[in-house]
Amino acid sequence: MLENFDLSLVDWSRAQFALTAMYHWIFVPLTLGLAFIIAIMETIYVKTGNPEWKKITKYWMTLFGINFAIGVATGIILEFEFGTNWSNYSWFVGDIFGAPLAVEGIMAFFMESTFIAVMFFGWKKVSKKFHLISTWLVAVGSNLSALWILVANGWMQNPVGMKFNPDTARNEMVNFWEVLFSPTAINKFLHTISSAYTLAAVFVIGVSAWYLLKKREQIFAKKSIVVAAVFGLLATLFTTMTGDNSAREVVRDQPMKFAAMEGLYDGSEGAGLVAIGFMSSTSSNGNDNMKDFAFKLEIPNLLSYMAYMRGDAFVPGVNDIINGYTDHDGVVHPSFETKRAIGQKAIAALKAYKEAKKEGNQLKAKQAQADLEANFKYFGYGYFNDPYDTVPSISMSFYSFHIMVGLGMWFILLFILALFLVYKEKIADHKWFLRAAIWSIPLAYVASQCGWIVAEMGRQPWVIQDLMPTLTAVSNIDSSSVKITFFLFLIVFTGLLIAEIKIMTKQIKIGPNHGGK
Amino acid sequence: MINKNRQITPLLFIDKMSNLREEKQFNAAMSFSNLHKIPVRIWQFYYQGFKNQKGWSRQVWVIILLKLFIMFFVLKLFFFPNFLKTNYTNDQDRSDHVIENLTNPKL
Repeated sequence: MLENFDLSLVDWSRAQFALTAMYHWIFVPLTLGLAFIIAIMETIYVKTGNPEWKKITKYWMTLFGINFAIGVATGIILEFEFGTNWSNYSWFVGDIFGAPLAVEGIMAFFMESTFIAVMFFGWKKVSKKFHLISTWLVAVGSNLSALWILVANGWMQNPVGMKFNPDTARNEMVNFWEVLFSPTAINKFLHTISSAYTLAAVFVIGVSAWYLLKKREQIFAKKSIVVAAVFGLLATLFTTMTGDNSAREVVRDQPMKFAAMEGLYDGSEGAGLVAIGFMSSTSSNGNDNMKDFAFKLEIPNLLSYMAYMRGDAFVPGVNDIINGYTDHDGVVHPSFETKRAIGQKAIAALKAYKEAKKEGNQLKAKQAQADLEANFKYFGYGYFNDPYDTVPSISMSFYSFHIMVGLGMWFILLFILALFLVYKEKIADHKWFLRAAIWSIPLAYVASQCGWIVAEMGRQPWVIQDLMPTLTAVSNIDSSSVKITFFLFLIVFTGLLIAEIKIMTKQIKIGPNHGGK
Repeated sequence: MINKNRQITPLLFIDKMSNLREEKQFNAAMSFSNLHKIPVRIWQFYYQGFKNQKGWSRQVWVIILLKLFIMFFVLKLFFFPNFLKTNYTNDQDRSDHVIENLTNPKL
């Protein structure tokens, strides 16, 4: 069936969605993390009554406000794209996306917009405690807003709690709690928000390091670094823990993604984790996606341990997943050919159901519905002929994953070093550290974007795992209109980013003693 | 001081949490007979807040309004019509179209 699709339309629609999602994600993590850092700083102010902490809180609140304002509503563009470019997908997911996004919209509007106003306008109008509660509610509210979209994304990675209705061609939610508390959704939410906290902590340390390097605002900078380093260290350790939990989820529910993340072509017992690896331009197996390693440094057994908490467990590679295998838990995973045959039965059953309904043949419709339900699990495989079309870009998944993890390790070290140097009262003397802290700001954004690349590129070719390939999700529209809007978005978002950087750097240069001009 | 004989408990709670500088004024505004003044106070809160904004704040408001204009009056209106809503009049036709795409893909 693959030959029936306009790959140019699919590729441009994907590129456009990736562009808007990545730009949106530039603004979001700083909002999520900085909100909590500000809340902690203000709590210290209320507890101690020290006006220095009020100044610190107000300064970071200014940078939070700039980032929030520039980033607000950029996510709505993604919803435009769902309706225009991804109409088959939007219709197919129907209720599952509708409910969480509606809750998100209501929460974002009422909680954030109300309490953000108190945060910025209420310093002289409400009591310290009421202001503090508002600041905490903004932090909690913005993070809860993120919960709903991440639950929806988690469902796409591991669709649960729904039933496909062949009359409406929509998935209908049958168990809200199963969708909300799916382990994939929970891990995704916790991993994403804790990585956002890490980014915000790196941002605060980097900006404070700039002041120390310029020999300005010394007390302000050191106090900010202490709060951010403690917060960031805890967040990064939590990110590591949730990432570890995610690995065990992914190897069970999305084994192909797991294999791609590690560049594992043939599975083995006691599989090693590639700590550092570089892929060459050649592929001895004849598949251009499965490049040979020019160099790799492996930690023996660690991948098996990560996947199944057993150093000798079998971890499947790309070829095992295509040929079928039995995993460490004893679960049999059918081969691509079997899944494809099941998928084709499901597609044929949906067609037969629709025809039977048109003919008014209830018996035939009932039989077709039963066939569809029995085979729906691998519905999406029916569109593929070549098993290697179900493999994501391995180099992209591998490098994104390893860059993300490597940078995560660096941030742990950065936070520990920051705390150590502040404790020793030598942080201002170590210019190499201050410079490294400043350069860590863009690195935090790189790590954050890499995380999303692993999550979204790694699950290709699916928009909904095993059910809907990206190819069938797109609308039948002219690809030239997608190209035009791609470049329009590129201009608009780049403009927003430049505006943010300009306004923010101006405020950073002004510093905390002027209260933001 | 907070009047212990006041009857509206939730307002007392807000009152206590708020601990306004102009407490007498606030109490008067929040008291049962002055409920109609609450919208006025909310209006004043926002009005004063916007009026006393700092320079950066005014800049980002310009960006927000410009962004929303581009998003809703340019992009949404001219480039992002809802495909199924625009091309099909009812849900039955929309689901038939999606099923046709899923069972006989001709993109």
